[in-house]
Amino acid sequence: MTDLRNRSRRNFLTRCLTGAAALGAAGLREGGGAQTATAKSRVVVARDPLLRGSSTTINARRLEALLDRAMQSLFNLAVTRENSTAAWRRIASANDTVSLKVNTLGGRGISTNVDLVAAVCERLQQAGVPARNIIVWDRDTEEMERAGFRIAIGGDRVQCFGTDRVGYEDDLSAWGSVGSRFSKILTRSSTVLINLPVLKDHDGAGVTIALKNMYGAIHNPNKYHPNGCDPYVADLNMLPEIRSRMKLTICDATTAMYEGGPGFKPEHSWKLNGLLVAQDAVALDFTGWQLIERKRAEMGLKTLEAEQRAPRYIATAADSEHSLGHCDPARIAVVEIQGGTS
Amino acid sequence: MNCELISNEGMAGIPLDRRSFLMCALASGAALGAGEFAGPAGAAPLAAGAQAQNDAQFTFEAKFYEKLANRKIKCKLCPRECVVGDKERGYCGVRENRGGIYYTLVHSRVCAAHIDPVEKKPLFHYLPGTNAFSIATAGCNVNCKFCQNWDISQSRPEEVPAQYISPHQAAGIARKYDCPTIAFTYSEPVVFAEYLMDTADAAHEAGVRSIVVSNGYMQHDSLEQAYGKMDAVKIDLKAFTESYYAKVVTGQLKPVLDSLVTLRKMGKWTEIVYLVLPTLNDDDAEFRGLAAWIKANLGPDVPLHFTQFHPEYLLKNLPITPVATLERAKAIADAEGLHYVYIGNVPGHPAQNTYCPQCRKMLVERVGFTASQMLIRKDSTCPYCHHNIPGIWHA
Repeated sequence: MTDLRNRSRRNFLTRCLTGAAALGAAGLREGGGAQTATAKSRVVVARDPLLRGSSTTINARRLEALLDRAMQSLFNLAVTRENSTAAWRRIASANDTVSLKVNTLGGRGISTNVDLVAAVCERLQQAGVPARNIIVWDRDTEEMERAGFRIAIGGDRVQCFGTDRVGYEDDLSAWGSVGSRFSKILTRSSTVLINLPVLKDHDGAGVTIALKNMYGAIHNPNKYHPNGCDPYVADLNMLPEIRSRMKLTICDATTAMYEGGPGFKPEHSWKLNGLLVAQDAVALDFTGWQLIERKRAEMGLKTLEAEQRAPRYIATAADSEHSLGHCDPARIAVVEIQGGTS
Repeated sequence: MNCELISNEGMAGIPLDRRSFLMCALASGAALGAGEFAGPAGAAPLAAGAQAQNDAQFTFEAKFYEKLANRKIKCKLCPRECVVGDKERGYCGVRENRGGIYYTLVHSRVCAAHIDPVEKKPLFHYLPGTNAFSIATAGCNVNCKFCQNWDISQSRPEEVPAQYISPHQAAGIARKYDCPTIAFTYSEPVVFAEYLMDTADAAHEAGVRSIVVSNGYMQHDSLEQAYGKMDAVKIDLKAFTESYYAKVVTGQLKPVLDSLVTLRKMGKWTEIVYLVLPTLNDDDAEFRGLAAWIKANLGPDVPLHFTQFHPEYLLKNLPITPVATLERAKAIADAEGLHYVYIGNVPGHPAQNTYCPQCRKMLVERVGFTASQMLIRKDSTCPYCHHNIPGIWHA
């Protein structure tokens, strides 16, 4: 069992399966086709209004169920217990070493949810990936601890630590405007990369979601903030260390920020109680940006464009030079689902 | 970032890879200061090849910034004026906003320490034949695509091995090893301005001078306050076009030119290095414009070094600068009326020597980084024709 928290968890697997079975009994099935080279990019926006119930704490069981629904929807699978792992077999197999890049810069206020990561780890193991071949990581171990992760190094368990424990490659990897040294966790311990960012406003870049989360994989992210991070974010994601491994993005939007980011500002955060899941990180970023704009409008704030900080790097990532994904709404299929256990 | 290349040889002349070299550099620094350096903080290695570092030991409130609303700050150290949110760092990577207070993370956090000939900086009109205790921290406020020391200049302080060397310890080491000068160099001293200032004060108290090797990309106030404490300054003028600064340096030309003028007004002995990159900043018109600007704004006696580029970092696709290009640059600058134009990184080239602009006799002969002959008199004049030769020639 994956225990990423500094407390013992109850029988995680049993609860997951119970939730999935309940959903499967309802026989729900999402519309839309499977993603192909010519098809639209599919972005699942999964929400559960009861994710927190009447408290402020996220219900881990409902979150796991929401993840299952989202993954099954992403791959257009029927909601069944079997398919809760079938979706993950599309991502990784027993021979893979899977790294989960979380975002822990925002402390406990707005970091990738530990229960969400634990649920991903469980599903990967059910799909056949040995626990020791799963690594949860970010830039700094202490930051991860502050965000609630329990550090684990060695043994037959899910690994959890920051790049500071292993360092960066000596050699540079360069593309376009970027030249960086990559985390050895990514280069030496990952055949599959799953990106687990959060949904945040960013005072310089406009928003920081999936593509920009890769700044946490290199040694010199401070060099890539001028000009709204454009074209740096797109150029960085072109590097083969990322591009060849990236298989999935699961954006934790349980708590999101529409203003004042990237540091956590509770007064500018909102409980979106959702997840955004996609294989096209550009499409996911575009979709997440629109969610933030919608919330800004609701709160009476100007658009990011009006504030001259629209995230231009998203369009750059989609241009013909990069072709990392789609940011044209006509080429994105946003599938909205409601999750939760029965 | 500056262009002074850290030696790539380890102890006993054994070639090392760059990471090992950094460790060796620190080890040799520790050997130099045996009994004087504080021991490395912590014990458990974090990353392979890195020492644990006690962050608090190196963290001091920064001098040049202003507080903004919502716990943001605006850095006033360099023209970039980074607006930095809480828990974020500036472009340089070595200054961090913590709760609305901006901190330097590199005070006394030395990641490279060597004893170098002053000619290696290069400063040719400053105490020739002497050594400088040369130190650096991590970080830089630009990102030159040709950087020779990118391992440290483009890294965050926690990513490179470092050792605590207080300002007084640095001054003591310089004295112990007969270095009349401490040099702030290798990475970009702008970003460790507070440490530079405190060390210069400690050094002067100990009778040791201070010099800095810098890109000059600074705000007026920080330049006056920090480099006002220096005895001599070498500025890397990377090119003479804004487009080059934007594309290759990730900075701006105008503030650097302003810094040069300010240094001139301050009366600081200043030399200029221009690294010539094939196809990027080697145009005749650019050489001519550069030389004319120096003569008009700084005077004809400011030494100008045209140095040879070697492929490194992100510009490995370019060839080494042909010597003929450097000679062409020198000929143009000579023709514009500059009195001291040198060619650098070409060992044995006659344009490494200093000649009297009046009688044309050789006054300082240099072989590599060594001044093998120094004839300039105590009163800074030519021994043959008594022409004044500007510089700081004698201790």
